[in-house]
Amino acid sequence: MQILYFAWVREKIGRSSEEITLPADVRDVGGLMHHLSTMSPGHAAAFANPTAIRAAINQDFARATDCVTNGDEVAFFPPVTGG
Amino acid sequence: MARIVVQEAEFDIAAEMAALTASRTDIGALASFTGICRADDSLAAMVLEHYPGMTERAMAKIAADAEARWPLTGCTLIHRVGRLPPGAPIVLVLTASSHRGAALEACAFLMDWLKTRAPFWKREEFTAGHARWVEARAEDDAAAQRW
Repeated sequence: MQILYFAWVREKIGRSSEEITLPADVRDVGGLMHHLSTMSPGHAAAFANPTAIRAAINQDFARATDCVTNGDEVAFFPPVTGG
Repeated sequence: MARIVVQEAEFDIAAEMAALTASRTDIGALASFTGICRADDSLAAMVLEHYPGMTERAMAKIAADAEARWPLTGCTLIHRVGRLPPGAPIVLVLTASSHRGAALEACAFLMDWLKTRAPFWKREEFTAGHARWVEARAEDDAAAQRW
């Protein structure tokens, strides 16, 4: 699955996207954040406070309890600040 | 059907307004909001990042919500991205309707929702060389909640 990062989440992780295989025991956005946080010190820093991160599944805003599957595009980013 | 644009270039407010009213006589009100890059604390530039694809999708959804709530005859949303100096226009919202109430309310609604429901992020770069990501404000969330 395709994972995208934006703003300071991208900066902490050091890349804007990556392709991963969803582990069988990860079912939702919250579980995916926990899984990603184990991948590197940068990932751990980015996901240190999951409540500070927002997510989107296939370009729609998503909650921590929303289900993810291997074909999804999932993005993680800070609360938006446009306008 | 709203006009939705995400671009680096500056927008032409007069041309955008003219496009909404051209060859129509049923429009009694045209409301506009322009967001401008304000120079707080020796700001050198604002850098706007977004999520291509989701941004346009989210803006179209916000515009459709406005069109469902108010009788609009036209609606334009233009948001700039990239590096913008102080004084530069960032965002343009135009709403046209038969009467001013709908145009003004829809314009305020669109700005409140653009600030809280479209995937843009602002990074401030200062003249001293440091930079920081702008944090989301509770006031913006509260403003969006009132609709």
